[in-house]
This record gives sequence, C-alpha cells and structure tokens, in this order.
Amino acid sequence: MHTASSQPALRGLPARAGVGLKAAHADGLLAAPQAVGFVELHAENCMVDGGPRHRLLERVCASWPLSLHGVGLSIGGESPLDGAHLDRLRDLVRRWRPAAFSEHLAWSGHGGMFFNDLLPLPYTAATLARVCDHVDQVQQHLGCRLLLENPATDVAFSASTLDEPGFLAEVQRRTGCGLLLDLNNLWVSCANHGRDPWAALAALPLHAVGEVHIAGHDVQHDSTGAPLLIDHHGAPVAQGVWALLDTLLARTGPLPVLIERDNNLPPLPELLAEVAQADAAIRAATDLRKAA
Amino acid sequence: MTQATFAAALLDPDRPPPPGLRSWNGSDPAQRFAVHRNNVMLSLVDALADEHPVTQTLVGADFFRAMAALYLRRHPPRSPVLLGLGDRLPDFIRCFEPAAGLPWLADVARLEWLRIRAAHAADAVPLRVPDAATLAALQDPAQAPRLRVRLHPSAAVLGSAQAVVSLWVAHQRDDPLWSINLDHPEAALVLRPDAEVLVLPLPPGAAALAQALLDGLPLGDAAATALAADAAFDLVHGLALLLQHGAIVQFHPPAEPSP
Repeated sequence: MHTASSQPALRGLPARAGVGLKAAHADGLLAAPQAVGFVELHAENCMVDGGPRHRLLERVCASWPLSLHGVGLSIGGESPLDGAHLDRLRDLVRRWRPAAFSEHLAWSGHGGMFFNDLLPLPYTAATLARVCDHVDQVQQHLGCRLLLENPATDVAFSASTLDEPGFLAEVQRRTGCGLLLDLNNLWVSCANHGRDPWAALAALPLHAVGEVHIAGHDVQHDSTGAPLLIDHHGAPVAQGVWALLDTLLARTGPLPVLIERDNNLPPLPELLAEVAQADAAIRAATDLRKAA
Repeated sequence: MTQATFAAALLDPDRPPPPGLRSWNGSDPAQRFAVHRNNVMLSLVDALADEHPVTQTLVGADFFRAMAALYLRRHPPRSPVLLGLGDRLPDFIRCFEPAAGLPWLADVARLEWLRIRAAHAADAVPLRVPDAATLAALQDPAQAPRLRVRLHPSAAVLGSAQAVVSLWVAHQRDDPLWSINLDHPEAALVLRPDAEVLVLPLPPGAAALAQALLDGLPLGDAAATALAADAAFDLVHGLALLLQHGAIVQFHPPAEPSP
C-alpha cells in the first residue's frame, strides 16, 4: 500500500548553486552570503542538544535556504528503520525548517550497528518493495517529501533483476518521492558497471529532481586494469560531470545544484569558482527556456 | 546474500567477501568489496582520531589507529550520530595490554571525550550571582544542607591518579612535557558555560563536591563527601569556585524540583 504524493513537498531550494557547509568555510561564506544560493548540512551533524552547532545553524538559517541531507537512515536496510533516528529527523525538520530533505538509496547499518558507509543494494522486486515501504514511512513520519539520492556503486549483485535507473523510477512512481540526482554518482556508477551515463540519465525520472549534486571522484583500477572510480568528494568537479549537468539542465530547465566537497578542502575562492561555474550553467538553462 | 553476511564480512577482514557479488567485466568482486571494507574502518577511525587529538599525539598515529580499529571492532557504533563514538574508549584502553605502560592514557581519552560531550550538551545560562532568597537559604543551617544544586548540562568532573590535566594543557600550548611530574593525582571540571569548552583544574575537595552534586546529592551530603576527600575543604570557597566558573545553573529546595 503506497501513498504516492500524499506528503507535501517542502518549499524547495532556489535554482542556484549551493555548497555543503564545512566549518573551515563557514565564516567566509557567512561574511558574503550572496555568493551561494543555499547550503547543505548533514542531518546527523545537526543532532546535538546545544552548543556551537546550534549557533551555526541559527546563522545559516538566517542567511540561506537549508538543504538537510541525511546519511544514516539506511533506507535500503533489511532492518526496520530506526524509530529514534526518525524522531530526531522529524525534530530537525520542525525546528530548522529546511527547504529540502534528502537521503540515500543505500543501507548503512544492520543488527543495531552503524557502518558509516553507503552500502549497495541488489535491485530486485523484494528490495524495491522494502525501499518503497521505508520511503513511505519516512515521508509520513516527517510529514514532507523526501528526495532520494542515486548511489555511487562499485559492486553489482547476481540477484539484481532491475537496472538502477529503472529501480529509482519505480520507487519514485510508487512513493511520490523526489530525486536528488547526484551526477557524480551517476558518472561513477556507469563507469564502474560499463554503462552509458547519457542513457542512464535519460532513463531517470527527471521531472522529480528536486536537487542536483556534482562532485569529484578518484580514479583507481580494478583487477583487470579497468578504471574503478571512487566517489570521495575530495577533488574538483570532473569534466564529464559538468557535461552531464549541461545536458540535464537543457532537458529540465534550471535546478538547485550543490557542489559536494567533503574532503581535501580547497581554499574558499577555489570552491566559489566552481559555484560560479554551476550558476553560469543554471543561467544558461534559464536563457534557453526564455528563448524557447 | 543477506545484509547480515555482508555486514559480517565488512567488519572481519579474515572473512571472505559475501557471495553473489559480480562485476561487469569479470574483474575480481572481492577487490571491489574491499573498497567498502576499507571505507568503513577508515571513516570510523578518522572520526575517532578527530575527537582524540592529544591521545593520538601521545602514542603516535600508527599506535592510535591500530588501537582504534580494535576498539571499533569490539564496540561498533550503534547510532548514525557518531559524536561521542569514543565513549567506551577509556575503558577499552585500561584493558588494552600494549598500553599497560601508559597509565595516564585512558584518562586523557576520557578528558577528550568529556570535551566532545560538553561541546554538544544542552545550553543553559550559568547563575553568576545567587538571589537574596538563595543566599538566605545558604546561611540557614536548617535549609542549607537540604538545598539541591543543579550544575550546567555540559559539566563533568575528570579525576585521575595521574597528572592528565597538566598533560592535556601542555598539548594546547606546546609546553615542554619534561616539566610535568605525571605521578600525582589531578582533577578538572569540564564545562561549556557559553561558546567555549573549558578545562578547569580543581582541588580535590571541590572536585568531590562537583561530582557529588552531579550525582544528585543534596548540598549537605555533597559537602560531607568533599570533606572526606579533602580535610581542608571549605564549602564557601568550593561553591564560590563553581559559581565563578559558571558551573551552577540553579539552587532549589528539595520540595521544588527544577522544571
């Protein structure tokens, strides 16, 4: 029993470029907030009783729309969703009123243990039903629409009967959730499974995209010497990902685009140069719309 | 493949990768699975190291990371909120044989954990000057022993048989460590009255008083505990010290618990 579209969307992020907020950049960004259109924070990092993180959240919410990005809900888990964690998420949504809330198509815990990694799922009818149930449960508990993020994967499962875009499209159709389209993850997954990223992009439910992530990745090699891409958020956005962004925006029109950089942080001006590049891509899509 | 099989192989490098994995080009799925195995341990060890900079400096990164990996296998995180991941690290270190020659190490780890805890504890406004009614109650021999003293939610006491407070402070200032005599007891109050987490060295009596108040004892019993710890303890000085540090939030009579 699914309840497609029964939960209201949050007010939504502006069609601008945003950044994941890191402590090292917080003061610089807050001093000139107009440089970015929104910021994203990991929900789990906001789950504290008080102290400096609450003070930062207050300043952030006074300056920008907030994208709240969960990394620990384990929506793909075989275990039931963690009720205490759902409550913490609901409290965050109520208190800080984010413009968007997102989580991952992955699992990250089992048997009460938490692994702090986004682990891959076989794409079967059984996992599809489970993921849809969990997405329904999250949307009902939080009282808002969830944006579900496509994963970066490296292993595949013999048991899979659906491809990843088809799986995500079906989750979206059944639950009415939105999509957080991570173009770096799409690029990485396609490279790691020998697929065409442009075809995968076209097969996704692009009408439901509520936020886009772009990022850099590391290139390693598998046991045959073929490239094995690692989604590490520690490098500038890759060229192929910029090209995917242009293709996506030409199809959908302007969208909120987040530069995701969690590791090996560059000086703020370098990050802001990528923000400006993303804003230019969004503007180009806007102009294309006006001309059409 | 079940997630239980996958999870067991993630945490135990001696297990084979879970069955049912494949790759598009026939490359070894075990190598691809190893990316996750490494991610899990690396990200958790990094999180623990970030919270314990002085502990890590004292033993070196290689020792710390090897110890952290064993700790995390024994006590995997139970919550997606990773803050305070090291809550059981001091107890683990106490029983960790390779650290047996470093009797101060467990308490340094505990001090760092208490600092993390204090940073993210609930906010509260410290009481700087007690009101007239409280001062009158404090001077009334019938009322004073029954008073309850609510400390700041961030407050905790570290007591150690070793000079771990000096050791920790020296690492904040690059003081030469040879000037510290490690072999004597020290105590500190860890507290975040406002934005900054403070580590405030306390004499033994005041430390015992603060711990007894944290344990919920009324003021009279807390003062007796402090006197037992230090025969020279003076309650007025002890309370003044806690007030001055911003550690006290409220005095209230027993019949009227704090909201």
